[in-house]
Amino acid sequence: MAVSRRVSVRAGLRYRGKQGMLNWLLHRVTGLGIVLFVGTHVTVSFFGQQFGDDIAFAINGVYESWQFQIFVYFSVLFHALNGARLALMDLFPSLIRFQNEIVWLQWIVFLPVYIFPVVVMVSNAITGA
Amino acid sequence: MMRRPKPIRSAGAFEYGMWLFTRISGLALLLFGAVSMGIAFSLGGRIQLDMTSMFRWMFFPNPNHVINSNIPDVTAGWSNAFWQIYSMLMILLASVHGFNGVRMILEDYVERPLLIAILRGLTALLLVGALIVAVYVILAS
Repeated sequence: MAVSRRVSVRAGLRYRGKQGMLNWLLHRVTGLGIVLFVGTHVTVSFFGQQFGDDIAFAINGVYESWQFQIFVYFSVLFHALNGARLALMDLFPSLIRFQNEIVWLQWIVFLPVYIFPVVVMVSNAITGA
Repeated sequence: MMRRPKPIRSAGAFEYGMWLFTRISGLALLLFGAVSMGIAFSLGGRIQLDMTSMFRWMFFPNPNHVINSNIPDVTAGWSNAFWQIYSMLMILLASVHGFNGVRMILEDYVERPLLIAILRGLTALLLVGALIVAVYVILAS
């Protein structure tokens, strides 16, 4: 049967692609997020720099808040690590046999590198350091 | 109701070039981040920068990203022509990488030929606009 491109969200979730599917989805979402966040930040910085616009400073204030930076840091770090894994696996295609193991390794690297700075950011925000 | 699937055609030289560019620019951006961190440490960032300022500097070496740290004078080493050219190279690689990614997602979900042509043009326009604005911000900061 031919594969239809019109797939409902529910049918998409039933696909059960495991680690590969989750990473594909997160890579897309974080990539779109980075384009949106960084595009907005650069544009808004331009208006703040050139015209001293109050709305620009307000938007940049939201962008630079620690709450928002937790999302930005997740997006950038996940996209960077997953992209590095993709480039590595494209360079050495025989690694596809160990994809699940490499994805677990990726999470083992990701979690401490993500969590420790977030703990520092949150504790600094709470204590006002 | 089943629809006829889109016929699969050979992607062509442009798509292969962008596929390769995405990999190379992605790895290059990781290298750029590592190099900015190394130079920041050698400029005294170990004692003058807090963690978030260092992350902002690694992500994009703009003097405004380290202005709220303990650096006494940002113009000494942190803000010069080297970093301006460096940031422009980064923004060029990152914008083409990012907007090509947006185009890839659009190509996956939009099937109508006229609509996808308009969206491709719009993405290219956004890329050029983002580059102009970014270069302006880099040169003025």
